[in-house]
Amino acid sequence: MAVAITAQGLGKVFNGTAAVDRLDLAVEPGELLALLGPSGSGKTTLLRLVAGLEAPDAGRLLFGEEDATRLAARQRRVGFVFQHYALFKHLTVADNIAYGLRVRPRRTRPPEAEIQRRVGELLDLVQLNGLGKRRPAQLSGGQRQRVALARALAVEPRVLLLDEPFGALDAQVRRDLRRWLRDIHERTGHTTLFVTHDQEEALELADRVAILNRGRLEQIGTPDDILDRPATAFVAGFVGEAVRLAVEAAPGTIRIGAQPISIPTGDVSGPAALFIRPRDLLVCDDGPDALSARVIAVRRTGPARRADISFGPGLPAVEVELPATSSVRKGDTLHVRLTAVRLFSSSRRGDDGRQS
Amino acid sequence: MSVAALVAPRAVFVKPSPLPGFGLTFGFALTYLSLIVLIPLAVLVWRASGLGLDGIWRVATEPRVLAALRTSFVTAALAALANAVFGVVVAWVLSRYSFPGRRLLDAVVDLPFALPTAVAGIALAALYAPNGWIGSLLAPFDIRIAYTPAGIFVALVFIGLPFVVRTVQPVLEDLDREVEEASATLGASRGQTVRRVVLPLLAPAILTGVALAFARAVGEYGSVIFIAGNMPFRSEIAPLLIVMRLEEFDYTGASAIATIMLAISFASLLAINALQAVSRRRLGHA
Repeated sequence: MAVAITAQGLGKVFNGTAAVDRLDLAVEPGELLALLGPSGSGKTTLLRLVAGLEAPDAGRLLFGEEDATRLAARQRRVGFVFQHYALFKHLTVADNIAYGLRVRPRRTRPPEAEIQRRVGELLDLVQLNGLGKRRPAQLSGGQRQRVALARALAVEPRVLLLDEPFGALDAQVRRDLRRWLRDIHERTGHTTLFVTHDQEEALELADRVAILNRGRLEQIGTPDDILDRPATAFVAGFVGEAVRLAVEAAPGTIRIGAQPISIPTGDVSGPAALFIRPRDLLVCDDGPDALSARVIAVRRTGPARRADISFGPGLPAVEVELPATSSVRKGDTLHVRLTAVRLFSSSRRGDDGRQS
Repeated sequence: MSVAALVAPRAVFVKPSPLPGFGLTFGFALTYLSLIVLIPLAVLVWRASGLGLDGIWRVATEPRVLAALRTSFVTAALAALANAVFGVVVAWVLSRYSFPGRRLLDAVVDLPFALPTAVAGIALAALYAPNGWIGSLLAPFDIRIAYTPAGIFVALVFIGLPFVVRTVQPVLEDLDREVEEASATLGASRGQTVRRVVLPLLAPAILTGVALAFARAVGEYGSVIFIAGNMPFRSEIAPLLIVMRLEEFDYTGASAIATIMLAISFASLLAINALQAVSRRRLGHA
């Protein structure tokens, strides 16, 4: 049932700008892959290309071994779930779910009793038993999105495509539906591609995450790869609440503002970008590899406390995580040590780490 | 005093609304409607009532009146249905495609509103007469449009077109494209998408347009009399009969026919409104 999706040099141009720029992507059969990126990164266009809702200007698209590049949307057997549900509001919930079966040509259309049975099963699966006779207008947002998913699953799609499926829902419902979608995926095993701009959602839900920027693939990997081993400056800056600091690198040492510290620099030298996340900094005593910083602000976030600190005049504030019991106050001087190094040379074009 | 007593429901004329101004606007609407619509219509019915119910019935069942009423309502209904089909097609073209001259075409749709209907009638009669541009093409096949009920139909289609186009077009423009895309990804052909998704969503707007076109067509006079030939029992419309009675100073007879037309029109419009309410409810509107 589950098929691989392969994009080879896939491209789409809108008004002279490449929304998807000769992109290669391989989705494993049965995998749950998140397409993550800032708005305008081409993730939705890529999803619509896979669905056949846009025609590519370049490249090929394969479903398994089959070339799907020129197949019309209706022939691709994909299940597509839209951010704003796109339910048929003149039909009941049950008729919405049955739609894809009822529009089949007579030869392949299941008998009405079989359709009813399938609809019942799917209502079970999405936990909406008893609501089959309702109209979409009578459901909550979360319920509507579950109907949309059941409708997409009814046609036994080869792949499932979700475009910001939880984007229009509030935080609590999002969390529930996320867990529930993971559960459905385990049970049905469809190759699933879903678009999101919420990195927490992508990293929590997906087997692998593909990070897109300006129509290109920056990195594809497991959530661990993405978080612990960002491949490009863009990825390092995009995930994990990182702050970008411009630094000067020399072999084995970097200079942040006026303060030099020795860290492994690899082959980076000259002007470079260092990405620091709140948990990368550890408060310590003054020493040779400690940085001193002024505390600009302290606030409570969840179970911990966070401080904005600055390594010198003109440098952007960096967040550091402190225990809730910490007595650090605004104006204090802190000494911190860097526990993880994400250093990228800023000379390479396109790797400037800015999220534009 | 218990809380229940405080909040006990009280019989009210209208449900309280958070939006102020009900009294003022309702009063204005009622006064305005009375002055413009209800009082003139009441005078009409009052004039006719001089005949008594059986008198009106006698006028209504005169063979010539009966024939004229049938011609009026049947051709108006047929023209409204024709406009339902072609008006939706025109609205579709105007809202879905961009092509050179689209704005011009968009403006042309309203011309039947702007043109004095008598001018339209004369132009149509000239076109469709056996020696006119279109009439001469049809003459060899022994098809006659002008001076037959078919001519009335043509005139009524002409004047009714803008109603359907203008009610359907905005709804079509607002229609969520994702709904059609969802239908396509579920395996529906374009034809199935239009039939099963687009048309049901347009139904209330189409019904509104049809009701307006029908109402306009029933009362149409100017364009029809020039093309109809006005042969009693064949191509004579009820409004013409009314004018003829007026010219004979038979005011009571004229208002009797008018009252009958009013009753039939009102019943038809109520029926269409009921249909519309059903289709709107299906779409989940209040």
